[in-house]
Amino acid sequence: MQNKTKTKRSGQIIFSPYSPGEGIKKALSIGRENILFELKSSVLKGRGGAGFPTSTKWMLSAAAVADKKFIVCNADEGEPGTFKDRVLLNEYPELIFDGMVIAGFTIGAQTGIVYLRGEYEYMLEELEDYLIKMREKNLLGKSILGKEGFDFDISIRLGSGAYVCGEETALIESLEGYRGEPRNRPPYPVDTGYMGYPTVVNNVETLSVVPHILIKGAEWFKKFGTEKSAGTKLFSVSGDCGKPGVYELPWGISVEQLLELVEAKNTKAVQVGGASGTCVPKSQFHRKFGYEDLPTGGSIIIFNESRSMLKVLKNFMEFFVEESCGQCTPCRIGNTKLLEGVEKIEKGDFSYAYLNTLKDLGKTMQVASKCGLGQSSPNSFISILENFKDEIFHTNGRGGKNA
Amino acid sequence: MLVFEKNSLSQEIENLVLQYGANRSALLQILQAIQRKHKYISDFAQQEVARLMNIHPVEVNSVISFYSFLHSKLQGRNIVKLCKTISCDMAGKNNIESAIKRELGISFNETTNDNRISLEYTSCLGQCDCGPAMIINEKVYTKLDPETAVNLLNELK
Amino acid sequence: MHKKESRIPISQQPFKVEKPSDTSTIGGMISIQINEKKVSVPLGTTILEACRDNQIHIPTLCNHDDLCVAGVCRICVVEVEGMRTLQTSCTYPITTPIKIHTSTPMVRKARRHIIDLLLSEHYGECYSCFRNENCELQTLAKEYGVDDYTFGHITQPRYKIDRSSASVIRDMNKCVLCKRCVRTCIDLQEVGVLEAINRGHETHVGTFLDKPLAEVICINCGQCINRCPTGALRANDPSDDIWEAIDDPKKHVVIQTAPSPRAAIGEEFGIEPGKSFTLELNTALRRIGFDRVFDTNFSADLTIMEEGTELLTRLKKALVDKDKSVKLPQFTSCSPGWIKFIEHFYPEYLDYLSTAKSPQQMFGAVLKTFYAKEAKIDPADIVTVALMPCSAKKFECNRPEMSSSGFKDVDYGLTTREMAKMIKEAGIYLPEMPKTHFDEPFGDASGAGLIFGATGGVMEAALRTVYELVTGREVPFDHLRIDPCRGFEGIKQASVKLEKCLPDYKFLEGVEVKFLVAHGTANAGKVMEMLRRGELNDVHFVEIMACPGGCLGGGGQPIPTSEEIRKKRARAIYEEEESLPIRKSHENPHIKYIYEKFLTEGPCGKLSHKLLHTHYTKRGKFIS
Repeated sequence: MQNKTKTKRSGQIIFSPYSPGEGIKKALSIGRENILFELKSSVLKGRGGAGFPTSTKWMLSAAAVADKKFIVCNADEGEPGTFKDRVLLNEYPELIFDGMVIAGFTIGAQTGIVYLRGEYEYMLEELEDYLIKMREKNLLGKSILGKEGFDFDISIRLGSGAYVCGEETALIESLEGYRGEPRNRPPYPVDTGYMGYPTVVNNVETLSVVPHILIKGAEWFKKFGTEKSAGTKLFSVSGDCGKPGVYELPWGISVEQLLELVEAKNTKAVQVGGASGTCVPKSQFHRKFGYEDLPTGGSIIIFNESRSMLKVLKNFMEFFVEESCGQCTPCRIGNTKLLEGVEKIEKGDFSYAYLNTLKDLGKTMQVASKCGLGQSSPNSFISILENFKDEIFHTNGRGGKNA
Repeated sequence: MLVFEKNSLSQEIENLVLQYGANRSALLQILQAIQRKHKYISDFAQQEVARLMNIHPVEVNSVISFYSFLHSKLQGRNIVKLCKTISCDMAGKNNIESAIKRELGISFNETTNDNRISLEYTSCLGQCDCGPAMIINEKVYTKLDPETAVNLLNELK
Repeated sequence: MHKKESRIPISQQPFKVEKPSDTSTIGGMISIQINEKKVSVPLGTTILEACRDNQIHIPTLCNHDDLCVAGVCRICVVEVEGMRTLQTSCTYPITTPIKIHTSTPMVRKARRHIIDLLLSEHYGECYSCFRNENCELQTLAKEYGVDDYTFGHITQPRYKIDRSSASVIRDMNKCVLCKRCVRTCIDLQEVGVLEAINRGHETHVGTFLDKPLAEVICINCGQCINRCPTGALRANDPSDDIWEAIDDPKKHVVIQTAPSPRAAIGEEFGIEPGKSFTLELNTALRRIGFDRVFDTNFSADLTIMEEGTELLTRLKKALVDKDKSVKLPQFTSCSPGWIKFIEHFYPEYLDYLSTAKSPQQMFGAVLKTFYAKEAKIDPADIVTVALMPCSAKKFECNRPEMSSSGFKDVDYGLTTREMAKMIKEAGIYLPEMPKTHFDEPFGDASGAGLIFGATGGVMEAALRTVYELVTGREVPFDHLRIDPCRGFEGIKQASVKLEKCLPDYKFLEGVEVKFLVAHGTANAGKVMEMLRRGELNDVHFVEIMACPGGCLGGGGQPIPTSEEIRKKRARAIYEEEESLPIRKSHENPHIKYIYEKFLTEGPCGKLSHKLLHTHYTKRGKFIS
């Protein structure tokens, strides 16, 4: 009943064979500069959805001068439809923690913190047990693997049910014991993060890729994917398909190809990137996943012909109204207005002029909100109303039998 | 609250502050520990935490009210959270919802009369490939159907 | 690296890049372009500061000069070339040569949308709001030409108005969630009563468990009212009751006016801050219908006599009788916000407070006893009104122990803003009133009483009298200007040596009287921690005012407030004082009169103790 089953998975990078501790050994032997060099040439970008170059983040923190530095693993995956980190935490903790140790070594941190979302508390015990094993093998603690002066340990902190804490500055606020409200940027966490010290916040998947890159090299990594989007991505596929689950696929694969792989039939729309992503209609299924066209954190939700896109949109807007932190005006009130607009459409009590005003509001939210939540919540509003005009407006929004 | 209950709660919180530290960064861990044991953080507990950590009580209250999993008001002995986000919604959460409501006789965001179960909604649990899913007291249950869900609840004490 | 000194979470603080002290170094000045203007600014200047220095207007809402920056309202957004999202000018420090556009279509639309969103949730009409024509949201709406509720308008109030407190009324329906009150209460005053509760759209500013304000540890200082941009926070206005009393022919309505309102009331009539209208106000008040107008400075002088004598008594007990139980330093007790602060946070130290009442309350007691007799009026028919810069005085006059006259000593506390409203209601333009003096038997008071309004004033007044009583000579400061007491530094420390004392005070020969002056409850807390750590063992007298700047920055003063405005008011008070003929409390002939005729046992005698002294209540921090 509880989702602790471990599946035999296969994939080209993350799910490829790896023995625990291997990455750390390699990292310690090649040294900091070479680690950064490998990461830079691998063009690895953050796998949480934002896509910031990992090597840049690590370099900025490594260059910062401070007597304490931190590595934070962002395991607060809350984006609807994302569960890849759950699989990684459950089945591949060695990759994640080795990645953290490597990161700690590279930037000069002594402490690693895993911010595990409250909903994954059931995994806590096993993860703590794994950390104990790592300490016994001297993969954590003082003078790791004999490297004099390299002391690093990892602690796990729980979240308490706030999607906005997936945003890196909100996460740091939460760790510091405050409301999880995003901070003003600049300064960025790389030089002013947890308790004011340089902090690198990386997604679980990003950290899992690092050991593989170090062992097999950046050139090998770049063989997969495309030029701008190197490597593979974990896709969490759910919704109307025959084989939902986590798939490791190279960047550059098209929506069509993915749908075939997961045995999706009669697909009407694919929500790429969760509630804050875009809704791709059938006419655009040729588009390819990647930073060039369709960047994503990996959440793929598939809707077949029977689904009402309006109800889907309402679900998404309700999600944002619930999860907004409430700090800044555009997101706090804007999301409510967008939800009200969707409800008006549902009732049939709207005017196109007002909807255009709301789309305008969405555009303002995308540039004026304080953090990524407010900046991306209008995405589904704008894309669903645009791409499914016919269904929503000309069949009175009742374009499906149920949601 | 009776005097000796207050004293034992104070002692408990003092121990937590000793364990996690009296810095602000320990606040969430302490609140989570109290929440886990008592299912809510009473106003007395909040003021004790505030006193021992040198924070204003309203700041403690503010942090608790921000996070969905922390409660200021008395909850049932078992807290049940049902995921209402899109994938679980599509997988049949509505049927589970009605079955639970019918069985327990309460609506969501309410507690049963005997204080046994509190129901609430939650956002995406990360179990989208095996929905519908719900959390009962930190344990996650997936691939639910109305009967299984109701049986699980009936087994709760 | 970002040093965390304040209590406010970093999410609501700006990144302060330290401005280099020598901007002529390379990188000390950055060349930027704002719209078409090319300017050079010191490294670390925020875009907002740079624009203000170059006369480019940027609207703000959550920004306030006294408080740390929040960056939550998003209305000050500007376009910075090269960045996809708009940046808030209040938080963005300039460290590279950037090009800023303050009025592109995107920026204008964003600002307009934000105002529209705020208006769509703002319940309440302007014409019935006490901030009509002095509201920042209203000003923004006018500036951006709002002519329509683009996103609809709320039709039902979401929150109940909290009228529980005698001093501060909270109407969260008008709140724009700028969090200024939160920053004021937690960061500036360090009292910690208000914070954001809940998340997302349910966010509202509330108290612990959303209890009524009267049930939590609010000290009524009203600093939150002064900084709120809208009408969400206001003081409890008794002017309707006062009009009723004035219109009632049976009631003899007297008013006492304090120096700080007189130094600031001109601001309510469009006059620049820094001009006192004491004598004009007397005329205006009589024309409105007050039967007598008195000067609170009289009872301030009285307070000096009582408190000064109390200090000398304590010093004698400590130095002559070697009484170890005597509490020194003695803390002033005229600030009701400070009194409630110490009652809640440091109840174990209440014995250190002077037992003297505040000037307002002393006057009330005197009016309903001494004055009633002199004027041959039944005290039951006397209604005493106090014009104060203070919102906490509304709470103070309702304290149960404040009825030593046998009646409620002070019936109503009125703030500067409310007074201005009453004057305008009567159609009077204050600045052009003829000047008249105060009524007998209290007349014009000394300058020592007047300077009570500024931080350090009580200390200065006390020193002028105590020094002369003890040595027979004037304080050794030019023109009686005791400069160590003056100024806006948080905690001021100084001392004065008592030499060649009169025979009665030989026990003070050679004693260096050390004193401390603090303003703002954050500094009060620091002083109390010093006391707790035993660092005040050689200090004799401490003056504490709850409000930053002293009473002139009180919760009832005109809005807006800023350090500059408070400094101007302080200057007005000190200038007015220097022009007065009498500048020491004990030389005030009316003081001599009341001690001869009424308080015949002298200061701290039995009758003084009954009418002019009080006791305090241990309240503690626990909220039940």
